[in-house]
Amino acid sequence: MLGPGLADWPACAAILAGEAAWVPQKTVLAAPDLLPPAERRRAVRVVKLALTVGLEATRAAGVDPAALATVFSSSGGDGVNCHQICETLASDDRQISPTRFHNSVHNAAAGYWSIATGATASAAVLCAYDGSFAAGLLEAITQVAVDRAPCLLIAYDADYPEPLRAKRPVPDAFGVALLLTPEADGQAIGRISARLTDASADSLADPALDELRRAIPAARSLPLLAAIAQHCTGRVVLDYLDHTRLAVDLSA
Amino acid sequence: MHPLLISSYTATTCLGRGREPLREALLAGASSLKPCDFETVVLPTWIGEVAGTDEEKLPAALARFDCRNNRLAQLGLVQDGFADAVRAAAARYGNDRIGVFLGTSTSGILETELAYRRRDPQTGALPQDFDYAGSHNTFSVGAFVQAWFGLKGPAVVVSSACSSSAKVFAAAARMMTVGLIDAAVVGGVDSLCLTTLYGFNSLELTSSHACRPFDRARDGISIGEAAAFALLERTPDALPPDAILLLGSGESSDAYHMSSPHPEGRGARHAMAAALASAELAPQDIDYINLHGTATPSNDAAEGRAVADLFGNAAPCSSTKGATGHTLGAAGGVEAVIAALAIRDGIIPAGAGTNDPEPGLDYVLATRRRSVRRVLSNSFGFGGTNCSLILGRAA
Repeated sequence: MLGPGLADWPACAAILAGEAAWVPQKTVLAAPDLLPPAERRRAVRVVKLALTVGLEATRAAGVDPAALATVFSSSGGDGVNCHQICETLASDDRQISPTRFHNSVHNAAAGYWSIATGATASAAVLCAYDGSFAAGLLEAITQVAVDRAPCLLIAYDADYPEPLRAKRPVPDAFGVALLLTPEADGQAIGRISARLTDASADSLADPALDELRRAIPAARSLPLLAAIAQHCTGRVVLDYLDHTRLAVDLSA
Repeated sequence: MHPLLISSYTATTCLGRGREPLREALLAGASSLKPCDFETVVLPTWIGEVAGTDEEKLPAALARFDCRNNRLAQLGLVQDGFADAVRAAAARYGNDRIGVFLGTSTSGILETELAYRRRDPQTGALPQDFDYAGSHNTFSVGAFVQAWFGLKGPAVVVSSACSSSAKVFAAAARMMTVGLIDAAVVGGVDSLCLTTLYGFNSLELTSSHACRPFDRARDGISIGEAAAFALLERTPDALPPDAILLLGSGESSDAYHMSSPHPEGRGARHAMAAALASAELAPQDIDYINLHGTATPSNDAAEGRAVADLFGNAAPCSSTKGATGHTLGAAGGVEAVIAALAIRDGIIPAGAGTNDPEPGLDYVLATRRRSVRRVLSNSFGFGGTNCSLILGRAA
């Protein structure tokens, strides 16, 4: 995972387990080396974010991403790119660049990921606004249950520049990737199942981290990540839609 | 996969509202594409516009969702008894047992494009009345349709460019398989906007004529808009003989390029083969292929190669984008409805706009009337996301 002051999963896990203090810092994004040079130059913020967390998860699990079905879930596309397109289209010269246009599609990260890793299996590309993480997790669990094959979930959101930011105040970039498999192996963190619920979403004990959870849609994953970091078992309730949440049962 | 009943379906395109004008156009090989006169757009291209979209009024309680895309969604929902069928299903199963899975590429981004023209000259701020979540956000159309029906099950928008509203059929089927829902509203809504018109123009993928899919002289797409919906339900024990089913689906990624298909159609072939395997069918079981057929030189060449590899020239095929335009994120939904009409009425539709097709396929230039039992429908998206669906009779 990657977020403000959360450089990778080991750093994040230590903070969520209460073993280290959280020092908020702007999320640092870099285009992974795995991208071919042309794609590396063109990669926008959400693409860098999604690829970074996807590669961290697959490397930690010791699996080849080329073989994996994927679920990408985000509450929106790249804010800077969107702003530039809308500004150009409102000007006298409406010619937008081909690269800017292809970076505007919601499936940009999925496209770059499959080019970088050679993954030719299905890629689901989802959006459920603030509930996008839960929607992605539900789809990934469903795919594993139906297809009996591993599935990589990559959920990510990045901030928007002004003037969009006043309408969509996401303050920074946050991404998380989880590899789900039908059978446990030596690397498995735990076992999960999910159902819809009327219960309220869980919050985090640390007020600052809970503010992060509420501020960035992909960070709505934090209660689940905290349970994993703390080696807890039991039920975690995650934000999903206005009228329903996702209850995730985590066991060893 | 276990087949699912398509108990209601409808499409609203530039050809008109609901199934009947679409069916008439397919029978006649007619098109409703026209030179682009959308908004203030000045481009040498043709479009497929749904008349009356901007006159559609949303209910006052749903005013925050007001944008061209959601107006088009509502216009589409009320055709062919679709909304009544959904309400009846909600009464039967419970409103928390019906999922909403819709595809779109640009959702209501037109509202943001227009809002940028109204920015405060001093501060650069967007106008107060602009609602990002209700109109622009990719999920807006999913939230709108769910709220419009008062449904409370799972909801998500798939946005994988031009395969979006084909992939929702597969996503809904999975949710039904795991028992999360009993029925699903699936489909796609995409509306004209400046981003796609100027964007595809910048990629030199738009034609200056009405598009000519699979024609040797094809030179690009004509962008259209549409709203297409289907209601999926578990297959009951006793099926009416004319029931139309979703028999299979196949999904793949090209892993090749953001805006060009794999030249040999590798991903396309993989998606079609996976759909056949999912439906437990062989290539000779398919009576008609509704091609993705965008009419760009490279897309049609790659798809033609993949179809010829799997089917030879045995399966009649055509692209109906010459009639409807390329409705982008709604294309998979529109073409699933066309597949259902082909089966229901025994129509193998001609590809409007095409006169001199590439050799090697049985490309249909004049509509044929004959029994159609199973149809394969292809939707291949920008960024290399592919989905093929198979619709058919029960037995």
